Amino acid sequence: MFAYVVRRVLATIPVMAVVAIFVFALLHLSPGDPAAIIAGDTATAQDIARIRTALGLDQPLYIQFGTWLWHLVRGDLGISIFTNLPVSHLIAQRVEPTVALTVSTLVVSIAAAIPLGVVAAWKAGSWVDRLVMIFAVLGFSVPIFVLAYVLIYLFAIKTDLLPVQGYVSFRDGIRPFLSHLVLPSLALGMVYTALVARITRASMLDVLAQDYIRTAQAKGLSHDKVLIGHALKNAAVPIATIIGIGVALLISGVVVTETVFAIPGLGRLTVDAILRRDYPIIQGIILIFSAVYVVINLLVDLSYTLLDPRIRY
Amino acid sequence: MAVVQAELPVKTAVASERRSGAWAYVRRHPTIVLGGALLLAMAALAIFAPYLGTVDPQALSPIHRLKWPSATHWFGTDMLGRDVYSRTIYGTRVSLTVGLSVAVLATALGLLFGLITGFNRWADAIGMRIMDGLMSIPSVLIAIALMALTRASLRNVVFAITVAEVPRVSRLVRGVVLTLREQPFVEAALASGTSYFRILSRHILPNTLAPLLVQGTFIAASAMITEAILSFLGAGTPPNIPSWGNIMAEGRSLFQVSYYIVLFPGLMLSLAVLAINLVGDGLRDALDPRLARRM
Repeated sequence: MFAYVVRRVLATIPVMAVVAIFVFALLHLSPGDPAAIIAGDTATAQDIARIRTALGLDQPLYIQFGTWLWHLVRGDLGISIFTNLPVSHLIAQRVEPTVALTVSTLVVSIAAAIPLGVVAAWKAGSWVDRLVMIFAVLGFSVPIFVLAYVLIYLFAIKTDLLPVQGYVSFRDGIRPFLSHLVLPSLALGMVYTALVARITRASMLDVLAQDYIRTAQAKGLSHDKVLIGHALKNAAVPIATIIGIGVALLISGVVVTETVFAIPGLGRLTVDAILRRDYPIIQGIILIFSAVYVVINLLVDLSYTLLDPRIRY
Repeated sequence: MAVVQAELPVKTAVASERRSGAWAYVRRHPTIVLGGALLLAMAALAIFAPYLGTVDPQALSPIHRLKWPSATHWFGTDMLGRDVYSRTIYGTRVSLTVGLSVAVLATALGLLFGLITGFNRWADAIGMRIMDGLMSIPSVLIAIALMALTRASLRNVVFAITVAEVPRVSRLVRGVVLTLREQPFVEAALASGTSYFRILSRHILPNTLAPLLVQGTFIAASAMITEAILSFLGAGTPPNIPSWGNIMAEGRSLFQVSYYIVLFPGLMLSLAVLAINLVGDGLRDALDPRLARRM
């Protein structure tokens, strides 16, 4: 078991190395002079030269990569071109809203998706099942920002039940903190909920067709004991897998959700960085988000042994 | 015995389909027909955009700014007095072009990488590490990063989204190739001295087409959403081309007073994506009956 954990942790190194190389190569893959593109159309020759030195673009490629990687390993993500502040500092400032948004979305989505999938599988073919499947197809089809605007219109403009946009830190009160998170979490979580519900249903259908389920029912166990204790427990591995993989949807969605709801998080930082072509920030954010994604999927992988004792390493 | 029983209804179903033709097809694949019809309607909107009561989607009319939907401006006008109906209809062109181009390019490239890595251990070891790395970067972020560095143009949008989609297709094709490689008929072909190229083109390639077709439709749907997201964030289709994402981006700050600017392109985008997803779901069910019962 311990050897497996070590092996699995080591296996994330080549993955993160590819991410790092990609993020580094981005600047050099683009056609034309990256310094000129970052500087924009109105830049003078001095501006371009300044950016070129600031990014170290006047050095040979292998030295650039070496320096960049060395800084990266020490947690230095470079300096923002626009604000002249360290990228790691800018990111740290913006982490809280994004973490609050994604965690609340995760909790709400999983809490909704698993019961939906379980009931749909249990009542397969019934109208409940159909409704869940229609919800799943719609959830995949309505883009986050469209749903976000519909929610804002219904619950903030028409009825005034919830705030239109913005973010309030939990330090300034739990109630405003939560009320500002309701709509963004719903909008962000829709696709994810649809995905998890769909996989839960499929995985449960597989398990419910097994002989031991019939045995459990035959010996007179109650429905919930069969569904939760026997079926859901055995269907847990694919569900955990999709919960991990689906986090990519949440990360992509955060950028849009924060823009619609004017939440000052990492997504908003990304959009500002795009508009200002502040490349070190974009690089830093991609690295951070990818690292989070890799770590979450590592944890999911390691959780298999807890979820299913038959899996041993 | 079970096998015999299972075969009978299939035969009668095929026979009845021959007899009543189109209607039976609709009954058996309602989602493909519904989604297909929606898509055709969308394609018609895109092709015949100039003849559908539209005006120049870029024409400014400062005295008609922010007019609510009416008989003259069906979807209202935006803050520059441009006709939202015309812009939305013309925007269909951008979305469908991006969806189709990315689907074709990404499946073609993914097929190429998948075949190579599936059949060569060295290429597999290196190629799949690269794909693993790229897949751990959320696809919208890859597209954003690429767009931030290139100048806004439709071609660059297609390129950026394609790069983000290729790893998933490569993995899919590689998976299919790996299972096929162990099949007796491939082994037999190898043993009888068939060339690699012939095995790939005659035995492997045809078997990857069904899953690729399904994957291709889902890629088209996700590409359309990504294009809209990029444009919405200001990193996509250039502002002088009306795209659904652009229109929504322009309506963003005015949402509380003139929500119709965001509503109509958003509705069209959802419909288009729904249409493609319906076709994709239907195709998957039709091509993989084993999976169909479960999904």
